[in-house]
Amino acid sequence: MADVITFVWGQAGADRAARGLLGAGQRLAESLTGKLRVAILGKADDSVVSAFQTLADGVIVLEDELLSEYHPENYLAALIDVCKRHVPHVVLLGNDTYSQELAPRLAHRLGGSAAGDAVDVAMVDERVRVTRGVYGGKATAVIALARTPGVVWMRARAMAPAVDRAPGEVERVRLGIAPDKRVRVVSRNVEARSGARLEDARLIVSGGRGLGGPEPFKQLQALADAIGAQMAASRAACDAGWVPPSWQVGQTGKKVAPELYLAIAISGASQHIMGIADSKVICAINRDADAPIFKHCRFGLVEDYQKVVGPLIDKLSRQK
Amino acid sequence: MNILVCMKQILDPEIPARDFRIDRAKREAERGSAALVANIFCENALETALQFREAHGGKITALTCGGDKAEDVLRKALALKADEAVLIESGAAQPDPLFVAKTLAVAIRKLGAIDIVLVGREAGDWGAGQTGGLLAEELGVPCLSFAESFEPGSEPGTVRVKRQTDNGWELIEAIAPLVVTITNHEHNVPRIPKTRDVMQSYRKPLTKWNLADLGIDPRTANSYYEVAELYIPRKETSCEFIAGDSLEAKIDAFAKRVTEIMHSI
Repeated sequence: MADVITFVWGQAGADRAARGLLGAGQRLAESLTGKLRVAILGKADDSVVSAFQTLADGVIVLEDELLSEYHPENYLAALIDVCKRHVPHVVLLGNDTYSQELAPRLAHRLGGSAAGDAVDVAMVDERVRVTRGVYGGKATAVIALARTPGVVWMRARAMAPAVDRAPGEVERVRLGIAPDKRVRVVSRNVEARSGARLEDARLIVSGGRGLGGPEPFKQLQALADAIGAQMAASRAACDAGWVPPSWQVGQTGKKVAPELYLAIAISGASQHIMGIADSKVICAINRDADAPIFKHCRFGLVEDYQKVVGPLIDKLSRQK
Repeated sequence: MNILVCMKQILDPEIPARDFRIDRAKREAERGSAALVANIFCENALETALQFREAHGGKITALTCGGDKAEDVLRKALALKADEAVLIESGAAQPDPLFVAKTLAVAIRKLGAIDIVLVGREAGDWGAGQTGGLLAEELGVPCLSFAESFEPGSEPGTVRVKRQTDNGWELIEAIAPLVVTITNHEHNVPRIPKTRDVMQSYRKPLTKWNLADLGIDPRTANSYYEVAELYIPRKETSCEFIAGDSLEAKIDAFAKRVTEIMHSI
């Protein structure tokens, strides 16, 4: 028997990332002819639990008070405990920061192997193989994990979502984790930003080095507001301090998967493309027709953004 | 506070895609004419350490493992006034992050009395993003990821770490020793060493150990995972360049395409 366990955070609910993750889990469990279980950590009300019920063979709800909020050491202990009880062949996590923080440590404690930022996971000769971008997106590697379990964090939003099936059973568990005294969360701060998280955004307007300073971002914000999009930026713009680091998209920033990614004055270095490759449609405005970004675009406009953005806002506000 | 900064030398990630080649048999990138540079997040880590030392004092040791050119990374760290530097001569860079973490852990134990170990959140070559977590496990200490800065905590022997999350940031206090992975932030952009300091860095002592000194068997590499395939993806969509008689017509056409997508969602 070779089962799959996925770990999700209750607060996020069965969002696109969780559904993508479970989709990958369903397909993998099928190829292993094993069960797919989903363990929910953090606050999860009944609607969240029942949403997951139809997506997995089993739902494990962890009810320890200690796990109501993320804590790296306590969460790690909980993941280890669940894995020791169910002995999965593969553990799947999303690519949020918490999952990335936990995955390698979980693999180490279980004597397994981890690999992350996966765009695909498959079984080949009973070994887990993970496909991922390397060298800043210039190459793709297939990594063969040598140990079991395979712990994989996935580009969850890019995965085909899980399909509904007969509801699985719900198991409510109190693990009785001993609280870790070495680490204490002092404060958790949410950056003020209107609308959806960047990773969940369906429309994104993004600006780059070509904007030359913080001022043009205000105009891009007006464009984003006109179409109900979220704002993002390339690393160059964030490093220059023009916009907050949390706007950064790319290998070293967030990985987004919107329906439309509109890149303005972004050249499109491979490191940036790594963060936007899961977008459904990429389009760009750039005055350089040879800018690498256009290689990834469905459509593009070769113009100086300064001449375009103002009129574009007018037209899009009217057409909406 | 004794701060250890782990640094990795990598193939310059800024080389354009058209100059990038891979050796399919060896399953690694060809060196070609590309420079070898310090991984940016490792430089961010060193910068974070330097800023801590300026504000609160402490000692900084830079540690790297790699091939014969890896010393360059440490010379640069010494030029930026790292107090000590240690090179583990481990031969060619290994993609196996557990092998690297085990090697670093043995070296760190040998150095002793380290309060905080800083590593870059990931490297610009293989980008596994695992060294920090695996190293923490090898050392049996906590790990905090995606940090941008740290300062002394509210009690002696603790540190307060500011780290980025998906929707903001967290302040976390931890009892040393611990591992912290550093991400980039506008406040930890690496400084540039002065030419004079670069010259002097070559006269500073630098400790060299090889794998045998650390009791590490190089044959244990790839026991965590191995690269089964490596290829350059051919996934280029053909871009439709919006044409039109006038700028206005082009903007019109562009706006129409955007609107179509919005309506299809």
